[in-house]
Amino acid sequence: MMDENDETDSVTRLRLPALQISRRAMLEAASATTALLFGNAPRLALGAGLTDGDAPAAVDVTLQVNGGSHALSLDPRTTLLDALREHLALTGSKKGCDHGQCGACTVLLDGRRINSCLTLAVMHDGQAITTIEGLAAGENLHPLQAAFVEHDGFQCGYCTSGQICSGVGMLNEARAGMASYVTPDLTVAQPELTDAEIRERMSGNICRCAAYPNIVAALKEAAGKQTAGAPI
Amino acid sequence: MKAFTYQRADTAAQAAAGAARSGAKIIAGGTNLLDLMKLQVETPTQLIDINRLPFDRIEDMPDGGLRIGATVRNSDLAADPRVRQHYGVLSRALLAGASAQLRNKATTGGNLLQRTRCSYFYDVTKPCNKRDPGSGCSALGGFNRMHAILGASDQCIATHPSDMAVAMRVLDARVETVDAAGKARVIPIADFHRLPEKTPHIETALKAGEIITAVTLPPPPQGVQVYRKIRDRASYAFALVSVAAVVEVSGGRIRAARLAFGGLAHKPWRVAVAEEKLAGATVGGAAFDAAASAVLHSARGYGSNDFKIPLARRSLHAVLGEATRA
Repeated sequence: MMDENDETDSVTRLRLPALQISRRAMLEAASATTALLFGNAPRLALGAGLTDGDAPAAVDVTLQVNGGSHALSLDPRTTLLDALREHLALTGSKKGCDHGQCGACTVLLDGRRINSCLTLAVMHDGQAITTIEGLAAGENLHPLQAAFVEHDGFQCGYCTSGQICSGVGMLNEARAGMASYVTPDLTVAQPELTDAEIRERMSGNICRCAAYPNIVAALKEAAGKQTAGAPI
Repeated sequence: MKAFTYQRADTAAQAAAGAARSGAKIIAGGTNLLDLMKLQVETPTQLIDINRLPFDRIEDMPDGGLRIGATVRNSDLAADPRVRQHYGVLSRALLAGASAQLRNKATTGGNLLQRTRCSYFYDVTKPCNKRDPGSGCSALGGFNRMHAILGASDQCIATHPSDMAVAMRVLDARVETVDAAGKARVIPIADFHRLPEKTPHIETALKAGEIITAVTLPPPPQGVQVYRKIRDRASYAFALVSVAAVVEVSGGRIRAARLAFGGLAHKPWRVAVAEEKLAGATVGGAAFDAAASAVLHSARGYGSNDFKIPLARRSLHAVLGEATRA
């Protein structure tokens, strides 16, 4: 969830996360210092995977995240996930495998779910990005967030932000009539969202706690509300 | 990741000229390239982003076929009503590949150009003739459960990982390209991917600086279209064996059949003799067996992947059974 000091609707130019004065940034700066004391590489370098050679010229990019505009100057190697986490302090999107296999980094790009670890931030100048922090309306949870709470769709919670962002994207796809590999007849305009369909469509999100039955239940409830007319 | 410079291409010619430079790579979806760059299997010094080029459309062709732009996303291609209605094998193959998140990024051109998932290719501490020509093949005597049983060489037994390309092979797609001089070329998909032979690092017919602009499909074929994928998990895994089939049946006889296989070779695999054995044959196990034998007579396993030979045979039986069911 967003820190109350964050100003998501103002244009800010950030070069280092510590420049954003928030409780989270302060904590992160403290943990980076701790890492240095123990002889490890700083968090920023680790997070960005910048391990070799001289840093290439920074590239200017403006990211539209959760309705706010952020002008950044980035090493082109910076993934979208690292830009969100390390430069904008939006740590809701998680780094699991960092190779597009686990889905913990899932965000919405122009309304479509993607793995933010497998794309470069500089490729998304001007595109609308929604992270888990941008789903709720103030104190009112997004219907799918509420459904995850209602159905206990998590245990440790590490995959949850990715599951929910992916679920929002999945419900959009289902509403648009998109088929899946298990759809019996591809020519049907509006395939029914059965349990088997939900499981196939969510296979890009791994849950090591295996909360899958409850995740499916949460998605079914949200899909039902969507069918009943409420926007998801 | 190794350092690189980033440039956005405004025209196809500019992209091709950039791609002709040593160390340059085109990036579109990036789902495979960035994965490999993080592991330093790929170490481009320059990335040329083609996402703003007008290659993101699916257009009707005058002959009744389709022209699919190189940057059309896998998810958009799978969802296109024309593809769902008339090229079901392609839609199903696309939906069998990767995850929904990856399909929202991965492109038509990039899918054709994706690299093998051989674990030794991915491990930069191990010899691999594809990654480091002349260093040897670790898979030959190693863990080769995912590897090729057809068309391999003593230099490389990697498989091509794409599902989409297998469906495009059965549909006789054609790959359209342009080079830095602006010269366009059309490559039949049968000739697009290469066998490993002595040069497994050269995977396609593309020349330096030649980029894919589109893939075209001929008019929809007659008959039933099936894509079946066998893998270690129910979803989101690469194929051990996959079969794409287009089969036309009339009065208990097969009029015509086309078959392409994934997971078996360095390229989507198609055997004309197997299709000839099915043409005119009575529907049933004898014909299916004859076709399977024609596909697999030269197959060989390398230990961990021996199971793929009977698995391919049974998969073909199942697909032909499904496609010819009245």
